[in-house]
Amino acid sequence: MGKAQVLPFGPQHPVLPEPLHLDLVVEDETVVDVLPQIGFIHRGLEKLVETRDIHQYIYVAERICGICAFGHSYGYAETVERLMDVEIPPRAQYLRSIMHELSRIHSHLLWMGLAADAFGFESLFMHCWRLRERILDIFEAVAGGRVILSYTLIGGVTKDIDAPMLQAIKDKLNSIKKEYQEICNAFLKDTSVKNRLVGVGYISPEDAVQYGMVGPFARASNLNNDVRCLGLGAYGDLADFQPILSTDGDCYGRVQVRAEEVLQSISIIEELIDKIPDGDFYVPVKGAPAAGSEACSILEQPRGEVYYYCSGNGTKNLERMRIRTPTTQNIAGMTMALKGCDLADVNMIVLTIDPCISCTER
Amino acid sequence: MGYFKLGKMTLKSLFKKPETLRYPYETRPSVDDLKGHIENDIIECTLCGICAKRCPTGCIEVDKAAESWTIDPFDCIQCRTCVRECPQNCLTMMPDYRKPATSKVVSITTKPEPTEEEKAEMARKEEERAARIKAAMEAKAAREKAKQEAADKAE
Repeated sequence: MGKAQVLPFGPQHPVLPEPLHLDLVVEDETVVDVLPQIGFIHRGLEKLVETRDIHQYIYVAERICGICAFGHSYGYAETVERLMDVEIPPRAQYLRSIMHELSRIHSHLLWMGLAADAFGFESLFMHCWRLRERILDIFEAVAGGRVILSYTLIGGVTKDIDAPMLQAIKDKLNSIKKEYQEICNAFLKDTSVKNRLVGVGYISPEDAVQYGMVGPFARASNLNNDVRCLGLGAYGDLADFQPILSTDGDCYGRVQVRAEEVLQSISIIEELIDKIPDGDFYVPVKGAPAAGSEACSILEQPRGEVYYYCSGNGTKNLERMRIRTPTTQNIAGMTMALKGCDLADVNMIVLTIDPCISCTER
Repeated sequence: MGYFKLGKMTLKSLFKKPETLRYPYETRPSVDDLKGHIENDIIECTLCGICAKRCPTGCIEVDKAAESWTIDPFDCIQCRTCVRECPQNCLTMMPDYRKPATSKVVSITTKPEPTEEEKAEMARKEEERAARIKAAMEAKAAREKAKQEAADKAE
């Protein structure tokens, strides 16, 4: 056994899309301890509620994270609506859920591309991102933007999606599905991929509960914490919703959960498009939240459960806004998964939690 | 299980057109609702300043005295709030992106100089307004006088 050494990993590292620093304590080629450090991209966005009014803050909430941009504006708007006792029209709920599921597909495809890149499968990476462009094209046609959509408003959404457009989305998703199944096959059946992923970074279901893991990272360890099961918003109208779980608990399980969630999201969108009710898509919200009022909401984002808390002070600005993001929860699990792994597997394990440091630091 | 699971797709893409474009020589056709940049129809604009008040980044400035409407395109986040809130509907979101620039410049739109006809029309309106005010003042004075007289009589 060699002498223990500390090896810095990040914040600038080819595998990391965002800055995360890890101090890896290694003995020979084995990681024995990990000390994570964040704080490179803190922007003080929660403090901004004091200078932006509730309607303006929606655009700030969107910029918390580029990939879950729609999710954050959705979650923030939902919390403020609860704070002010506003009931939004059912059509708006459906439109929000459709867009949220589309953003889950785009986030998972982005992550699958990054994962393929991390294990050195360049052509798989290219094909994942090529398919992701199709989803961004849908966003562009619907909301006018590709990543930052500015689609949500407090009280509904900015614009309706008409029936021909909904049909076009459905057709586009159908064409994506065929190509995606081929990509999925490469991810889940290819021996070279399996050699790299199976048995790497194992977390048992008991540990997943103990470390408070959320999202696909926890679902890969057979821990069901999918917030969509609660049936909030339009998810309550789904005929049958079964969260995707895996008993593997390793990197392969995490890839599998995310890969299957894309197909699940496609079928959710198809079902919601079939069931979408007619009516308004926006109710104007006037006034300000009452002093001392408090509200919270949870949402299943591509990376896991997000918790929003808002409190009002009688003015147009909120008293306090707080977000607990999935990566905050998953960092503990990640350090545990890293302990005892090979140094060469560190990048794969870090990537499979789908770290979103921008969300975590805000 | 097996190798080359992506082989079919990779081989197929050998014979396909590239997915990428040779930007800036080629650009994608823009969709109708694309959030490109804001333009103001200054003739219709009343310079009320609601757009500046609602803008989340504060990139719009309205100067009533100089009759100008200024937007900083580098601060604008294309959220379309101003377009939605404008009472005159004079703001439009144009579906094309601005060209990359080498320096940060703001875009200023100023009300055009009025023509002779418009000047005459404005002068006529101003006269009418002055006459209306004068008539109202006189009527008010007469009412007050009558009230005073009635009060005096009662005493």
